[in-house]
Amino acid sequence: MDIAQNILLTIMTAATPLLIAAIGELVVERSGVLNLGVEGMMVIGAVCGFAATILTGSPWLGMLAAIAAGAVASLLFGVLTLSLAANQVATGLSLTLLGLGLSGMIGESFVGSAGIKLASLDIPVLSDIPLIGRLIFGQDPIFYLSLILTGGVAWFLFRTRAGLTLRAIGDNHASAHALGINVLKIRYLAVMFGGACAGLAGAHLSLVYTPQWVENMTAGRGWIALALVVFASWRPWRVLGGAYLFGAVSIGQLHAQALGFGIPSQFLSALPYVATIVVLVIISRDRRLTLMNTPASLGQPFVPDR
Amino acid sequence: MRIELQKRPTPSALYAVLSPFIALGLTLVAGAILFMALGKNPFDALYSFFIEPLTEVWSIHELTVKAAPLILIAVGLSVCYRSNNWNIGAEGQFIMGGILGSLVPILMPGFQSWLTLPLMLLLGMAGGAAWGAIPAFLKTRFNTNEILVSLMLVYTAQLFLDWLARGVLRDPNGNNFPGSIRFPSAAQLPEIMPSQGSAHYGILLSIIAAVIIWFMLRFTLNGFQVRVLGANPRAGRFAGFSQTRMTFFAFLLSGGLAGLAGIAEVSGAIGQLRETISPGYGFTAIIVAFLGRLSPLGAIAAGFMLALTYLGGEAAQMTLGISDKVGRVFQGLLLFFVLGCDTLINYQVRLVLRKAAPAAGGQG
Repeated sequence: MDIAQNILLTIMTAATPLLIAAIGELVVERSGVLNLGVEGMMVIGAVCGFAATILTGSPWLGMLAAIAAGAVASLLFGVLTLSLAANQVATGLSLTLLGLGLSGMIGESFVGSAGIKLASLDIPVLSDIPLIGRLIFGQDPIFYLSLILTGGVAWFLFRTRAGLTLRAIGDNHASAHALGINVLKIRYLAVMFGGACAGLAGAHLSLVYTPQWVENMTAGRGWIALALVVFASWRPWRVLGGAYLFGAVSIGQLHAQALGFGIPSQFLSALPYVATIVVLVIISRDRRLTLMNTPASLGQPFVPDR
Repeated sequence: MRIELQKRPTPSALYAVLSPFIALGLTLVAGAILFMALGKNPFDALYSFFIEPLTEVWSIHELTVKAAPLILIAVGLSVCYRSNNWNIGAEGQFIMGGILGSLVPILMPGFQSWLTLPLMLLLGMAGGAAWGAIPAFLKTRFNTNEILVSLMLVYTAQLFLDWLARGVLRDPNGNNFPGSIRFPSAAQLPEIMPSQGSAHYGILLSIIAAVIIWFMLRFTLNGFQVRVLGANPRAGRFAGFSQTRMTFFAFLLSGGLAGLAGIAEVSGAIGQLRETISPGYGFTAIIVAFLGRLSPLGAIAAGFMLALTYLGGEAAQMTLGISDKVGRVFQGLLLFFVLGCDTLINYQVRLVLRKAAPAAGGQG
């Protein structure tokens, strides 16, 4: 039982950064903006979180620094795509390229330093429940945050007026504008929320998952998070399911590598990426269903006429 | 404070020419600030980054070695992006081209004739095109997002190459080091002036490809279809142009050119198949394509510019002790500024300082 519990625990740890980054991007895309810079914001969050932790000695401050860094990075994207109506696909890509370069530069002097792990936060009494206690109530703080974020976003999008406004903008920005809604302002807020989430996801990598800094340590997780949003047809709870599925795939391949089986490790390492493609194909096969779920203004620039 | 955009009646011809240069200027200013923040004299740093590599013959040779793959890939991507197909997996297609082309000298080291190189280059193109066909097929058949698929295929290709270079294609007499046998000279893309420096014929391939594709875009029906379907898919459909065929064309072309760049790099610059064969050329080429304003001829100039950031990074590391990662930062900044400046072509940009009337909205 202990082994099963440990495996489940590692799956949850692997899924958490994917979940957080994807939930953030989900809000961004629901507002009609496609930010392909998740990978870049995530890696900036990872390096800033790690650096701030080393410099201040507090992983909590590191976590806050990562959130702030992700939000600032997303603001760059916002100015270009929202205020200057630049192409969202290309701008998102450039954010990823810039993030990978910048993080390599910032992190150069931190390569090899021992990190400080964000201590797990055992919730009294509940964490002593047999079997599930340690799994759900004996985790790191970012894990709890990921669940709160998922629930909070689901509630916000589908149960509040502001969430309805945000979805309206994503589905038809011209009509929303005509109704007097400030499209660009709400998109700015959504983009920055996405950036903060990506930064937090990065902090989870460098403060919890493997408390150290390695260049390019996100290893495509930002892109997998983007795929998760499509996979979940832009619904928060489905993102949760998808993230845990991918967590299971990536942990499963690690265990398979440890056991050998005679399969080359590179093939197993490729599994999460191949799985992403397979899942994307399955989910997008039905063109009608995809069209129904996708925010209709996704990726289109909006310039208010005055 | 906010930025107001006013659509121009027609795109500005002036800014269409100026915008890449404004972007370059802004990148240099941002670079100077960055170097100052690192505690270096910005003028010395910019000099050693952008000028010093151009002062010696050997390093100009190096420049062409780095520019060749960037231009080849960017030419294909220009066509791809113009037609509204988002292939961002050129890095993977580059790798697959390198692998498939390398099979000739690795599996048949005895086959050394004038046919060896052309066969390798052809196989390289085929490898890249095949890898590029996957996202095209999935997009047209299953409506799958080509951006994510082409990117996932980059990671897959990298791992596949790693496995080959450490496993089945490893040189049996290589003391267990990863990497294939060294290619025989018949399988190496020759150097143009071996006594002077390392420039190989890959750069010639790049420029020829750029001119051919430029001609295709400008003067053929196919090129017209690329432009129409990219600018206005509805109009393209009314004209009877097939979106499916265009997607395949764009991905096969850009994949094929990336694959050609891959085998040219392996056979011209490296001389063997290694576990990594690219310092991110496939991604940098995206910047090249945009800096060249998605024109094949523009890609030539932009390719040399971005090649300079690779060399400048190395130079700045040696002379100033600045991290060579600064080159990557420059590349990212440059794309940011290029995209921002392109707004000037279609819009008049005004900075409004006073607070807007509530109904007019837009705050940033």
